[in-house]
Amino acid sequence: MSKQMTGAEMIVQALKDQGVEVVFGYPGGAVLPIYDAIFHQNELRHVLVRHEQGAAHAAEGYARSSGKVGVLLVTSGPGATNAITGLTDALLDSIPLVCITGQVPTHLIGSDAFQECDTTGITRNCTKHNYLVRRIEDLPRILHEAFYVAANGRPGPVVIDIPKDVQFATGTYTHFKNIQHKTYQPQLKGDLSKIKQAVEMMTKARRPVFYTGGGVINSGPAASALLRELVRLTGFPITSTLMGLGAYPADDRQWLNMLGMHGSFEANNAMHDCDLMICVGARFDDRITGRLDAFSPHSKKIHIDIDPSSINKNVKVDLGIVGDCAHVLEDMVRLWRTSGARADQAALAKWWKDIDHWRAKDSFAFRISSKIVKPQHAIQRLYELTKDRDVYITTEVGQHQMWAAQHFKFMEPNRWMTSGGLGTMGYGLPAAIGAQIAHPNSLVIDIAGEASILMNMQEMSTALQYRLPVKIFILNNQYMGMVRQWQELLHGGRYSESYTASLPDFVKLAEAYGAHGIRCADPADLDEAITEMIETPKAVIFDCVVDQKENCFPMIPSGKAHNEMLMADLSDDAGIEIGNVIDEKGKMLV
Amino acid sequence: MNAQAPQSAPPSPYSSAVGKSNTESHTLSVLVDNEPGVLARVVGMFSGRGFNIESLTVAEVAHETHLSRITIATSGTPEVIEQVRHQLERLVPIHSVTDMTLLDRAIERELAMVKVRGKGENRVEALRLADAFKARVIDATIESFIFEITGAPRKIDDFVDLMRPIGLVEVSRTGIAAISRGPAPI
Repeated sequence: MSKQMTGAEMIVQALKDQGVEVVFGYPGGAVLPIYDAIFHQNELRHVLVRHEQGAAHAAEGYARSSGKVGVLLVTSGPGATNAITGLTDALLDSIPLVCITGQVPTHLIGSDAFQECDTTGITRNCTKHNYLVRRIEDLPRILHEAFYVAANGRPGPVVIDIPKDVQFATGTYTHFKNIQHKTYQPQLKGDLSKIKQAVEMMTKARRPVFYTGGGVINSGPAASALLRELVRLTGFPITSTLMGLGAYPADDRQWLNMLGMHGSFEANNAMHDCDLMICVGARFDDRITGRLDAFSPHSKKIHIDIDPSSINKNVKVDLGIVGDCAHVLEDMVRLWRTSGARADQAALAKWWKDIDHWRAKDSFAFRISSKIVKPQHAIQRLYELTKDRDVYITTEVGQHQMWAAQHFKFMEPNRWMTSGGLGTMGYGLPAAIGAQIAHPNSLVIDIAGEASILMNMQEMSTALQYRLPVKIFILNNQYMGMVRQWQELLHGGRYSESYTASLPDFVKLAEAYGAHGIRCADPADLDEAITEMIETPKAVIFDCVVDQKENCFPMIPSGKAHNEMLMADLSDDAGIEIGNVIDEKGKMLV
Repeated sequence: MNAQAPQSAPPSPYSSAVGKSNTESHTLSVLVDNEPGVLARVVGMFSGRGFNIESLTVAEVAHETHLSRITIATSGTPEVIEQVRHQLERLVPIHSVTDMTLLDRAIERELAMVKVRGKGENRVEALRLADAFKARVIDATIESFIFEITGAPRKIDDFVDLMRPIGLVEVSRTGIAAISRGPAPI
């Protein structure tokens, strides 16, 4: 299909041809022709955000909850630079985005024109790939290629910078289907001989553990199904990174909870003591490994990843398998079944005994109070009261995020949207908007902190404009809680600038936006208040006033190993003496 | 304090953080689409991830297919070199990355222009050494020469070192170009 049309029309047509239903964006001088093309049609929906960072996170929330590519459209200069945090976030968490930026006309490029910035230069290191389209002839191919690059291999954000004169120019549009990129052809199938070797190692393992990550989610629902099958076939324990929650059901007996800095005692000790680690779609990030030279010292390691550069990057492994999680897991399940492989049952039974011993520590436990709402308790109640619903959770970044990961149980993939790699405060509300657009009839909750939520609070206006009933559940302790916790740990409790002295009245703020506001400070009222939130058919800001002193435990302190976790002291509300736990070297780490 | 005592077990042999291997120099040959920004992608990857570039050359090598070859001399532990290669390979416009140092007897050459200033016996000595190194005189005044020399980087280093006491003024080097021996392409 070839047709004459303007560049702006090509953009809209290509998005439709790619199956895009919604674009998150903000207009401006350099994208006016595209907005005019959007005006002339009704198929492609545009969601007007209030800040371009919001557009990027909304596109991320949409992509992560739907498995599709998220699309955003922003203008040149400040439009592009505002989107950069979101693009970087998507790069770190491997979220497929296509970001179309307007650019000053080609003859003005380099002249420091009004609202000009070197978008491709600035975004080169925070995107998977980017394009500056200088000729209308290149536009159709680049538009389709961008979707291919964003979605294939390890997903990521792709920027297409389109000068205004190219948007006005007329050319021939072609729908490029099934793009075979000349250089970018990621390997999907794993090397079968290596997979055989992996299965053999698994049958011989005495203390195995699956360590899975966001790659399983990115690989699609089939990967999660195959992972569950393999885990059940083998009888091995499984833990997951923050990004991988939901790939394996959190109520299963073989589930050890999340691992890492704020992961469970059983997961981290299993990682430390295992003799075989099977890493599926995770990347040995520093929040996971803790002290590298003491990381799982006695194990053989298998690493399955679609990105060859992830293998042996931080931790040297014994067997690296390059391939898509679903493809490799499928082969593993098949080989396990057909070869009649069987795990070492006696050894496994003993291993489970060790694990049950660690599990008995109940490392996520906290002291419940009748006087003050404990943040962990609030999350538990939120989970209990929403678990029978079709629910999607997003978070901001900080203590509340970790508590959500610890206490909210995810049974399915794509239900949990959080900023893992970049740790972007302000992610949760726009991501919730994106998730709600993708799932209009579902319950979408942003579990937030009172500091994070203020970073993109303006998106409430977006939520109201599109009648999106997103729920913002703020665990309000008046502190940047994680900053305060680290100041307690590392800086003698000198809470430099981590207390917010002048917070808005969140109930009135909700009302100002036309949403519903709820405040709850009494544990006795919590269930009723949460129920009110769930049943309110429009956007809600829930100001949950929680214990200001609560810290997030357990914790692997910086520079320490998996078996050196700090546990919460449940006997004393004042907390534990942790000031001397982190050594000088650990203080250097973040 | 609930933390367990730090373990005295030996550090994990699988951690890249331990067992500091020796730093090696490697020459990578990178075939890329000759499109705007491709060099910036390559260089930006090196600077962004803290890898070394000791020399870099780039030129179009196939006009019809818009292919350029970038030859990069880098250094690091074998683990770092492997990581450099993988990070290059994941850049979208890159066709192939070859570690020339791992190839059997790849040929590496560099061209340098060396300006030397001096009179009397030093002038004679400079010419004598240039002759021994098969360097050509490409510019001369009554008090200076510019020599053109090609060869393996080591040979150029040696030549420059010899010129230093004689009156070395400055050096301009192209950086390494490399190719594999025998009839097959890289």
